[in-house]
Amino acid sequence: MVTLNDLKTIGQPNWCPGCGNFPIWHALKSAIVETNLEPHNVVIFSGIGCSSKMPHWINTYGFHSIHGRPLPVATGARLANNNLTVIAVGGDGDGYGIGIGHFIHAMRRNINITYIVTNNQVYGLTTGQTSPTSDKGFATKSTPTGVIEMPINPIALAVTTGSTYISRGFSKEMKHLTKLIVEGVKHEGFALIDVLQPCVTFNRKNTYEWFSERVYKLEETDHDVTDKQAAFQKSLEFNNRIPIGLFYKETKPTYEDELPQIKDIPLIKHRIEDIDIRALMDEFV
Amino acid sequence: MATITKQEMLALSGDEAIAYAVKQSDVDVIAAYPITPQTIIVERISDYVNNGEMDTEFVCTESEHSAITACLTAAAMGVRTFTSSGSAGLALMHEILYVTSGCRVPVVMAIVNRALSAPLNIHCDHTDSMVERDACWIQIYVENSQEAYDSIIQAFQIAEDPSILLPAMVMLDGFILSHTLENICVLSNEVVQKFVGTRQIPLVRNHEGKLVPFKLDPENPITMGPVSLPNFYLEQKRQQEEAIQESTQIIKKVHNKFAEISGRRYGNGLIESYHLEDADIAIICIGSTAGTVKTVVDQLRARGTKAGLLRIRTYRPFPTQDVIKALGNVKAIAVMDRSHSFGSQGGPIFHEIRHTLYEVPERPYITNYIYGLGGRDMPPSLLYEIYEDLEKILKIKRVENPVRFLGLRE
Repeated sequence: MVTLNDLKTIGQPNWCPGCGNFPIWHALKSAIVETNLEPHNVVIFSGIGCSSKMPHWINTYGFHSIHGRPLPVATGARLANNNLTVIAVGGDGDGYGIGIGHFIHAMRRNINITYIVTNNQVYGLTTGQTSPTSDKGFATKSTPTGVIEMPINPIALAVTTGSTYISRGFSKEMKHLTKLIVEGVKHEGFALIDVLQPCVTFNRKNTYEWFSERVYKLEETDHDVTDKQAAFQKSLEFNNRIPIGLFYKETKPTYEDELPQIKDIPLIKHRIEDIDIRALMDEFV
Repeated sequence: MATITKQEMLALSGDEAIAYAVKQSDVDVIAAYPITPQTIIVERISDYVNNGEMDTEFVCTESEHSAITACLTAAAMGVRTFTSSGSAGLALMHEILYVTSGCRVPVVMAIVNRALSAPLNIHCDHTDSMVERDACWIQIYVENSQEAYDSIIQAFQIAEDPSILLPAMVMLDGFILSHTLENICVLSNEVVQKFVGTRQIPLVRNHEGKLVPFKLDPENPITMGPVSLPNFYLEQKRQQEEAIQESTQIIKKVHNKFAEISGRRYGNGLIESYHLEDADIAIICIGSTAGTVKTVVDQLRARGTKAGLLRIRTYRPFPTQDVIKALGNVKAIAVMDRSHSFGSQGGPIFHEIRHTLYEVPERPYITNYIYGLGGRDMPPSLLYEIYEDLEKILKIKRVENPVRFLGLRE
């Protein structure tokens, strides 16, 4: 049995005290324990940002990639060895800004990756500029008079792009978040877990209190997670009431299912030593 | 003849010095993205815009690729634009850098030099901008933050010169200059605005043979950056080469004009010689290291060693003839590269210098030091070692190890 102790690393997170990343970090580790995934069978990919330091502090395999690119790197790993559990982690600037093209294509591809976006609606690592999910009017160092653009709605985007597991967690609801991650990891296909992650240093608007007054759990309503239109309706709620939990789930063939080459054994296990290509060469060259 | 105007002294970091110069240079559009490792250049600029100190459209984009693209297209409309970046951000702009110079659009950009991944590193080296040396951008490397301020103002005048019309980037060393305070002499807003003026748009012939301004204007439509197949592409690239060669004269001219109002000179604008006239041994470098080398040269001179320094200010265009002339009678040279061209012999400046000296009848001994990668400190003690190596080379009359990694732990 895997325990939390197995996932410990020598280093400790250097996030600000009270950072919304701490519960996400703990929830991710708890989810690995709960699904009893052997650390050597898990790879966590990240981009650049405060939350992208996550793989440093969980004792699984990890890959700290560059700005906005965790999903393409994770895709490569999945295709090379589809026996691995592949998890990608990054912030809103990383995934919904510079990497949004990859986000959309990973969803429409339905590749079996669990993608956790720590969404604090601000650039934290670069010390407080506007992000793609900053509320309209939000004043930052780069937008002293307030953001003039509308924020990205990641849940609505996921619904319309064909993601097969769409959810939202909240840092203050760690057990609830753990469950969302567990379900996401078990889900066959692309799983999005957007997490409301208060940045206690650079976002003084969307705070723990601000969210606590607004969030409610979809599980406690009569929301039907198989109803795509209902999921879209719910995705538009981000004002006085903010739904968290599972918005939508469906079963569809994954990208890997469509590849006959890796149906039986992963690519890295393919034997290539005894393949004679001379006949092919003779035919074409 | 202009006279040196009254200046104010401000304590500014290199980033702030650049933001201040941009504020005074009447820039119309600034687009930027705060990539890690980010600088506060555009943060200061956004404050200026917010406080009404600049009449500028400031756009926060979603990536560096979009930031440079926004500057390219805004500049193509005929306005003055600026952006800044470094490291991974500059690498992400790579594709559009070629489009910008190919469209002959004079965007000005500040680059805070930092290392590239992997491993992750946010400290100074010159790898990021050396990668872009062939993009047909004018490249000015500064020694200190005062020069960063001065060079940004000059860069608008150089890039926008109707005979050049090429983008320009001004490089300053990450952290060493960008994040440290220096006393900077700043000119008054009026003097800078008069110096940079408004952007001059030359006339070109359109598809009907009519002379029209070289900008995207619905009243006088022209096409920029269309498809150019094998029958024309080569000629367009040759025109770019002619323009960047021509820019050596414009850089000198603008540098002289600026010296008249500011009293500050950086060699001849292309290179700066320090005690080279009678030097036997010399270091060649770019950026802030030159400041440390000058101190070491002074101390060696006090001991009677004929040491000198050649600082390259414009790496592109490369001032070939100026370098040959400046090195004159130097007998042994050490080229210092804060980046490396992997798999080749040495770093990019070494390649350039050794290539340049091939034409010289009596070639000096020449050696290369790769140093300071990923922000490794460059103390005077290592510079003494270099000069000692050069003295040894003169003594034994051969270069034993042409490429070395300076201060390497082995």
